[in-house]
Amino acid sequence: MQNGNDSATPDSETGTWTAKTGLAQMLKGGVIMDVINADQARVAEEAGAVSVMALERVPSDIRAEGGVARMSPVEILQEIKETVSIPVMAKCRIGHFVEARIIQSLGLDYIDESEVLTVADPDHHVDKHAFTIPFVCGALDLGQALRRIGEGAAMIRTKGEAGTGDVVEAVLHVRTVMNQIREVVALPDDQLMTAAKNLQAPYELVKETKRLGRLPVVNFAAGGIASPADAALMMHLGAEGVFVGSGIFKASEDPAIQLQLATAIVEATTHFEDDDLVAEASRGINVAMKGISVAGLPAEERMAARGT
Amino acid sequence: MKSPPTAGVLALQGSFAEHIAILEELGYPARPIRLPEQLDDIDALIIPGGESTTIGKLAVRYGLIEPIRRHAAAGLPIWGTCAGLIFLARDLGNSEQPRLDLMDITAARNAFGSQIQSFEADLDIPVLGDPPFHGVFIRAPIISATGDGVEILARLASGGVVAARQGSLLATAFHPELTGDSRLHDHFMARMKR
Repeated sequence: MQNGNDSATPDSETGTWTAKTGLAQMLKGGVIMDVINADQARVAEEAGAVSVMALERVPSDIRAEGGVARMSPVEILQEIKETVSIPVMAKCRIGHFVEARIIQSLGLDYIDESEVLTVADPDHHVDKHAFTIPFVCGALDLGQALRRIGEGAAMIRTKGEAGTGDVVEAVLHVRTVMNQIREVVALPDDQLMTAAKNLQAPYELVKETKRLGRLPVVNFAAGGIASPADAALMMHLGAEGVFVGSGIFKASEDPAIQLQLATAIVEATTHFEDDDLVAEASRGINVAMKGISVAGLPAEERMAARGT
Repeated sequence: MKSPPTAGVLALQGSFAEHIAILEELGYPARPIRLPEQLDDIDALIIPGGESTTIGKLAVRYGLIEPIRRHAAAGLPIWGTCAGLIFLARDLGNSEQPRLDLMDITAARNAFGSQIQSFEADLDIPVLGDPPFHGVFIRAPIISATGDGVEILARLASGGVVAARQGSLLATAFHPELTGDSRLHDHFMARMKR
């Protein structure tokens, strides 16, 4: 028998905080993969990615080629949306609310206001509360994370250092956020205002972080994750899922090898607590991107320093 | 005193921690399920929200599909929320993504559109009584058709079916694990035990 139609009820409400943060909760334990076109999106979905992140060029190419990095072309965003059934995210430049409005207008699922692209506004991020579509933002410490949540980010990713294939900054940023949360939890209530002042974070969100014992929204790790072991490492440190950027599609030109690596990263993320299964997932993976060491990177080439 | 039934929550990906927290609050022991042998000593199974393609692919890769079907045939109660509903469904229209193929329903994925159309709405669920149940629908599916043995438990005001039961199988298109309301978890554990 056929049942009714597919429209929501007249008294239903869209764009709520629960709907925005709820999608991030559904992505937990999963891998979100950077893609620049529909072919890569198909590989990501086939590997078991929970979402794809569309951007004009992967971070390692932005690094290598320089120039201004912007939102993806509209045609490519549409083609990716039509190609996969999993949620599609797209990056906009920090503070570029018109790029964000275009992504919302195209009916994508999440916006990453990202330091990986060239900064559009040196002083302000997008007012994310004003949108129906949810946002994810990067953070390298608890203060940044809570400022972004205060602006309306419904999901956080620690920044790491995108496009390097070097996991050191991703480790540093997750450890920093987790340690600062533990410090807040240990504080008596009458010291929380001073903590908010020192973190330069909204007081109410500092209080909420203490009450929950974690960030008020889901937190993934990003920036330099290039192998199944890297992904499992981030999960052990407290990340609730991982973003993999250049790591997959810059590791090899061969789609079969890309699929194998992407699949292995998905498996290692799900089974991160089971060393035998992470070892099994890592078998035959000899192609992780060559990468560049963050230690040798001049300060002005560090993307994580953008958008404070 | 008889010990309460133990729930397993499929923990390949998605909102499994939220389900486990609610179950434990209600006094039911709950554990994550990632491998087939973990299914052997549970009294009920919940398949959480998440990405149904990811959950399906990982379930195939780690050999979970046939063992879950076997336990279902032996009467194991199974409840799927959102992605879990899709994973239980017999028919997904033109999609062949891996699934359990257990419940005689047709599920339409992303039936309301993209994330921008995700919504919250109050639902009358007669088996729970008053007050209405607050439903959170995130890129939600809908049950577009039901077989003979399927009992409809909730509809949207527009008529769309968003909760149904067939024997020991329960499916909801929304996310009770994201609200503070534990009545559906209690209903599932107390009334649907094998």
